[in-house]
Amino acid sequence: MRVSLPAKLNTGFAWVLLVLLIAPALVAIPVSLTPKTFLSFPTDELSLQYYRELFSSPEWLSSFAQSTVIGAVSTLLATTIGTLCAIGLWRVSSPAGEVVRSVLLLPLVVPPIIAAMAFSRLFVPLGLIDSYTGLILAHTVLSAPLVLITVSASLAGFDARLEQASRNLGASNWVTLRRVIVPGIRPGILAGAVFAFISSWDEIVVTLFLSKFSVYTLPRRMWNGIRENTDPTVAAAAVVLMAITLLAFAIWALAARRTRPAA
Amino acid sequence: MRLPLKSGWLLVLPFLLLVGGLFLGPILNVLWISVTDPAPGFGNYAQLGSSDTLRRILWTTLRVCVICTAFSVILGYSIAYAMVHAAGPAQSRMVGLLLISFWISVLVRTFSWLMLLGRNGVVNSGLEALGIITAPIAFMRNELGVLIGMVHYMVPYAVLPIFAAMQSIDGRVVQASRSLGGSGAQTFWRIYLPLTKPGIVAASLVVFIINLGFYVIPAVLGGGKVLMVAEYISVQVLITLQWGTAAMLAAILLFGVLALMFLMSRFMKLSTVFGGART
Repeated sequence: MRVSLPAKLNTGFAWVLLVLLIAPALVAIPVSLTPKTFLSFPTDELSLQYYRELFSSPEWLSSFAQSTVIGAVSTLLATTIGTLCAIGLWRVSSPAGEVVRSVLLLPLVVPPIIAAMAFSRLFVPLGLIDSYTGLILAHTVLSAPLVLITVSASLAGFDARLEQASRNLGASNWVTLRRVIVPGIRPGILAGAVFAFISSWDEIVVTLFLSKFSVYTLPRRMWNGIRENTDPTVAAAAVVLMAITLLAFAIWALAARRTRPAA
Repeated sequence: MRLPLKSGWLLVLPFLLLVGGLFLGPILNVLWISVTDPAPGFGNYAQLGSSDTLRRILWTTLRVCVICTAFSVILGYSIAYAMVHAAGPAQSRMVGLLLISFWISVLVRTFSWLMLLGRNGVVNSGLEALGIITAPIAFMRNELGVLIGMVHYMVPYAVLPIFAAMQSIDGRVVQASRSLGGSGAQTFWRIYLPLTKPGIVAASLVVFIINLGFYVIPAVLGGGKVLMVAEYISVQVLITLQWGTAAMLAAILLFGVLALMFLMSRFMKLSTVFGGART
């Protein structure tokens, strides 16, 4: 069919929009290379001093380490309970199960500010404010629904007869789970783990309520930098944060591409 | 099969306990303090009638959300339309750009907008160099900046439901309209657009729901001048320690979001929005 002029114009417009969705974030790159002492664009020369600053300052380094630990542990927990839950709901497969599913997806729907209040109400009496445990638990609750979604999507394409076959051949529940079901839904588990890690790695609103001095994640320190709006190190941090997020995205995209033809 | 039902629920249990104990329980506690702190009763809710500040904040939140939703859905519709009609490789490139933009942290975006929209930011100096403006435009510390940042963040969320709705349209319907003599414009406005209505409604609701509780972008780009509900709640909790007022606003926000979710479930199966029910 001949493509009409308005459709062509719209396609051009859409490409411009798509580029504009990404381009603004890239200004952090030149700003991070400025040789000046304030947030500015480099004019004559480029400098890596703020990357040196970022990777030598004890504060930023400890924030990197904290974000990595909190992200890794909460991803492990969220992926485990999210995957088990998805398999459970898939086995149950009843209206009651679907009600439970929508309840478990609530952490994605409830505004983060309300989640932050709720966690803070709970953690103050438990002494979990400003602790790794508190943030890890909170991030696990917020990211496990993502795993539930991706694993459920994988399970929708998983042949339930494989599970029956495994049991008929005498495998126990546990062996069936580990050797038959989990390998069959690996792409969904991996995607869920990547989403879970990024959601923790980027999380700021709940962290603002739950951290004070001793736990200071990367987004938390960036938040301060953005509010103060003077030190160019925050630009370097933004570039690194973006790079790691895109790296995780690339891992996920490559894995998805590799598994798709086989599925 | 050995007790399949029981073993299924057993696997659900850890997640259910975690969400129940760490999330739903404390949220109920927040709802509870909205009617008990500082004094039992509906005093916190009565403030809505008496306090101009609260009314202004709710009004700002609604206004910004409505405008942002409208722009996000219109721009998202354009992208989705181009994506559906693009050939294979171009389509995957478009989807790739969209997904990357999804993944860029809200903090990075906010920081970048600060650099771009400031008085001496890229946009102002660019426009001045081109001779389009003589004095810098105030993009920040006002609703304009907040809207730019929020629309930019929300467009990808708007694209996906509309894209899904467009993909399910039977192309022969459009051909039938053309062969019966309908012009391109007529076909679009009278056939295509109505068919994509479920996608538009779902996209509007998704965007609106996320906007209602948006914190980072209004707080930074609004610079204290565009006070929306989420930022006000955080000030009440972290600075003035007025949990009662904060809890009341949280309750209103929560019921608003849940009501919109319920509305959405009537237009679209929630599982298609969230992906992955078994059937």
